[in-house]
Amino acid sequence: MNAISEAVERAKVLLEGAGSVSELRAMEPEAFGKRSDLAKATGTLRGLSPEERRRLGRALQEARAELEALFGRRLAELERQEAKQRAESERLDLSEHALLARRAGGALAEGLAQPTQRGHLHLVTQVREELEDIFVSMGFEVAEGPEAEDDWHNFQALNMPAHHPARGMFDTFYLGAGGEGSALLRTHTSPVQVRLMVSRRPPIYAVVPGRCYRRDTPDASHLPVFHQIEGLVVDEGISMAHLAGTLDAFVEAFFGTGRRARLRPSFFPFTEPSAEFDVTCWVCGGEGCRTCAGSGWVELGGCGMVDPAVFAAVGVDAERYTGFAWGFGIDRMAAARTGLADLRDLVDNDVRFLTQF
Amino acid sequence: MRVPLSWLREFTPVEEPPERLAHALSFLGLVVEGTEVVPAPFGGIVVARVLATRPHPGADRVQLVDVDAGEGEARQVVCGAFNMKAGDLVPLADVGAVMPNGMEIGRRRVRGEWSNGMLCSAPELGIGPEGGEPAIFVLPPGSAKPGQSAAEALGFGADIVFDLEISPNRGDCLSVVGVARDLAAGLGLPFSVPAPPHVVAEDVPAAAVAIDPAAEDRCPRFTGTVVENVKAALVSPLVRRRLALAGMRPINAVVDASNYVMLELGQPNHPYDISRLGGGGLVVRPARAGERLVTLDGTERQLGSDDIVISDAEGRAVGLAGIMGGADAEISPETTTVLLEVANFAPLTIAETGKRLGLLSEARTRFERGVDPGLPPAAVDRFVELLGSGVRRGETTDLRPRRAAPLEVPLRARRANLVLGTSLSPEDCAGLLSRLGFEANQRADEGWVFRVPTWRPDCTREVDLIEEVARIYGYDKLRRLLPARPARPSRLAGWQLARRQVREVLAGTGASEAWSSTFLSGRELELAGLSPSPAVVVENPLDTSQALLRTSLLPGLLRALRSNRERQAGALSLFEIGNVFAVPGGPSGDLVGSGGPEATFLASLASGDGHEGQSRAGASLGGFFYRAVEGVVEWEQLGLVALGAGVDATYAARAWEVIAGALRVDGAAVVPAAADLGPGALMGLPALHAGRRAVLAVGGRPVGVVGELAPEVAARNGLAGRVAVLLADLGPLLSAPPRPLVAREVSRYPAVDLDLALSVADVVPAGEVAATVRQAAGDLAEEVVLFEVWRDRSLGEGRRSLNFRARLRADDRTLTEADVGEVRERVAAATAERHGAELRGAAPTS
Repeated sequence: MNAISEAVERAKVLLEGAGSVSELRAMEPEAFGKRSDLAKATGTLRGLSPEERRRLGRALQEARAELEALFGRRLAELERQEAKQRAESERLDLSEHALLARRAGGALAEGLAQPTQRGHLHLVTQVREELEDIFVSMGFEVAEGPEAEDDWHNFQALNMPAHHPARGMFDTFYLGAGGEGSALLRTHTSPVQVRLMVSRRPPIYAVVPGRCYRRDTPDASHLPVFHQIEGLVVDEGISMAHLAGTLDAFVEAFFGTGRRARLRPSFFPFTEPSAEFDVTCWVCGGEGCRTCAGSGWVELGGCGMVDPAVFAAVGVDAERYTGFAWGFGIDRMAAARTGLADLRDLVDNDVRFLTQF
Repeated sequence: MRVPLSWLREFTPVEEPPERLAHALSFLGLVVEGTEVVPAPFGGIVVARVLATRPHPGADRVQLVDVDAGEGEARQVVCGAFNMKAGDLVPLADVGAVMPNGMEIGRRRVRGEWSNGMLCSAPELGIGPEGGEPAIFVLPPGSAKPGQSAAEALGFGADIVFDLEISPNRGDCLSVVGVARDLAAGLGLPFSVPAPPHVVAEDVPAAAVAIDPAAEDRCPRFTGTVVENVKAALVSPLVRRRLALAGMRPINAVVDASNYVMLELGQPNHPYDISRLGGGGLVVRPARAGERLVTLDGTERQLGSDDIVISDAEGRAVGLAGIMGGADAEISPETTTVLLEVANFAPLTIAETGKRLGLLSEARTRFERGVDPGLPPAAVDRFVELLGSGVRRGETTDLRPRRAAPLEVPLRARRANLVLGTSLSPEDCAGLLSRLGFEANQRADEGWVFRVPTWRPDCTREVDLIEEVARIYGYDKLRRLLPARPARPSRLAGWQLARRQVREVLAGTGASEAWSSTFLSGRELELAGLSPSPAVVVENPLDTSQALLRTSLLPGLLRALRSNRERQAGALSLFEIGNVFAVPGGPSGDLVGSGGPEATFLASLASGDGHEGQSRAGASLGGFFYRAVEGVVEWEQLGLVALGAGVDATYAARAWEVIAGALRVDGAAVVPAAADLGPGALMGLPALHAGRRAVLAVGGRPVGVVGELAPEVAARNGLAGRVAVLLADLGPLLSAPPRPLVAREVSRYPAVDLDLALSVADVVPAGEVAATVRQAAGDLAEEVVLFEVWRDRSLGEGRRSLNFRARLRADDRTLTEADVGEVRERVAAATAERHGAELRGAAPTS
């Protein structure tokens, strides 16, 4: 027994005496690790009677626990101390470096800044900016809004009351903080359209790009975190012919002369009439290929005339104003542009991927 | 929904090639997910007449059958079934035929006797249920000639099956009849549903059924019909083939007829074995709290008063109304009399019960979308017709407690033209709608009032009718116009342009843009030196590693550094712009983006001052915190990390200079991370090296942090070397007003460069000294730069020399030595007073 307490005392002296983290770590084997007296004592247990073994085993265990606790305390202490020392010894006045950085410019410069290798904007950013620019050139503004939303903006105002079967089209992430399950991550950028219509009088000509969330298991063509761009027009005298014409003009601007959009009837709770829109296949130009399954067309997104129920929810006079809306995925457009086969590459952040674009 | 073309043709004479039909269906909104070409079945199987049956001399369990297969001579076949007799017409699989299961028929010897082919049973042909005694399929007498192909004799041609995706509003198209109606309307073809015969046997009793008053509002219609002698029921092989093509397995005559009616008409229905119903009748009633029912799939379901059940006349539940029958009263091979339930249930009650129990069924899918309440009588007649002449039925008991008046919806042609951009007359609209069964029954303001057919419960408003007009008119015929007035000349908002500029200049410094997930784990936050406690929790994450929303871009960027390093990447500089989230009011010690000391942060959240107003102000819906939802605060952040030879905290400080310079932000400064900013004033600091971090400020307001990752954090991430870090709240940065562009005349007088070597204590930030120098130098100073920092023991312990150079110039004269001396004196005095600086050296000349 005495031998144990003596060993503990010796080890304590060792640990207390360590002057740095590396010194402390180096002492571990000798203090209570493999090479310690405690370890040696453990080796002698085998020759003892069961009762003796139990008694001594417990004592050894307690001793080890005590030393481990001390080790942890000392480690934290020394780390803190070293961080403090390092803070002092390595201290930099970053405002000085910010000022020195300015030397390169202006008349007083003695030399020029080194030209550096340019970095790369993310592919999704590049496509998003191109889409924004096209719609801005057509007279649209670019609106943005929050990604954490409530049920009213994401569903109810869009003609999807609780239990509406169409809610099944949108697998939703709910946020724990909201209470009553009301906080969620938006499943589309449509809640921003709702915010626009609530806060403004028509006319509204806006596109809404942004990050959206759906509870899909990621695969080559689905990401649970993805990017969408939606458009909204609300004005007097707006018809579905304007929707078709606007999509046509956009498709031509983005995909090239002669490329067209076509509408097929579909269903969305927030538009009526609703449509899917296809574009001329970007691979074969409409001749028919594997990408378009021989049809010459590729499905791009959904669209339609704003449902009067949505206008009623946001307080727009549906007799006076009509409007249309559309939406599609930016990530998928990026994939279409570049022949990217797996959307998961977009979030991997491998520099070999990022610097291609 | 799988729909065989031959089945569609029962209702409309479509002749178009399959590709045209698929196209037409898609353009009606019935998306064709696949088109399957099914060749005529039974290759190598012919009809044969049984001439004689003889015992096999060497075996009891088979017999010898002589057949005439149209060859003019008898052919011997060994057969294991004994149900046929001389004169019967039977299918013979010829030598060389390949059966549906892939087996090839050969000439073979069975116990010493030759078998020249194989006689086929219904399961072997794929048109009958498995199991039971082996029995050869016998064709109706006189229905075919020996030698004729079996497919031809049974009326089985090649077929096309369309796999359709039906949208949630079109419950009516979850039926062959519904699809045929739309298709006929789209193609302008005639359409009709033949009325099945209605033959009632006088001596069969009417069914005893009832609706509990408490269930009336959830059960608009309930019918019961007794059908006797179902053991004699026989469904035609064609029924079974179509069920198979539609994706359902043949079971027995009664179940097959029931399924066929559901697929054909869209009317779910349920046959009960009447002998297993207590009291021989059915009652629709709300379930009792805690009531249990074992459904057909063998699962015990716990029910409550929100659910409705079908019970027998003694009150025992035998089915979950509109969703699934119970296991107890299921029909069996012994069943002789059936009570057929054909009913209508309210969509919402079915949807709620189905969702709560997680129970999907064909019936639920249809009822929750809405089933035509007019269907039951025809569905009963069709069911009985399919079972053949051997069965006898009683009169149908038809209960209809709530009979809704037919829905009348007016449609103004002018409105249709406004929404669609068409120029249709009221009569054009009526013509298009009549093809779908909408009846124009009275003239109204600018159009007609239409009676909505009972199978279209989704059409309740004028705009719903407009969509129907558009579908039949053809979306592809709509004109294509641009809006007459694009609102106004448009451009990106100032803050959006500024954000693009941040991206551009960072790329110009060699950094590449990353995009990381919004989701992460508490462990990952801790790995980045951040606390998980302010993070918003995802209630239903995809997995536990994605259970929180990021409070900072730092963890994602560090992850990117780690993974690239693991793949042997060299020097790295990555930035990201994205939204981050936190729980308001919680500990926020290490969130970057407070926009100020914690107190300000929380106060602005509590009152929602400015920011929420800002976010609702239309065009500028961004750039500040969002407080869209109770319990979550969200803001946009900029993050930058770099790692490589020569990289340290100064890299990030220089990046900030580039950003601030490009945005022309007034009063952008790097200030020391002093303790007096208050606890947690600038979030992200604890993760940074205590001696190499600073606060980024705009107009005196902190907007971010810059520095170096704390060595212990870098070590935990396995990153060797110094990691430069910049984190900033993008909102205040982007919305800070840029310095106005004011053209200043360029002076033509010569300049004097004044060097100012100021000995200053290390603890005094150079940025503050520079500000004083600039201010003290006054208007004559065209430019002031810090061109050198010099450290030497001769300056005294803890001091360095900040060597500034000021270029002095006047607009209206050449400067004199006195002018220069004055500036020098002013700078010396001001810096000495404010910073304890000491101006070194003699007055320079230039």
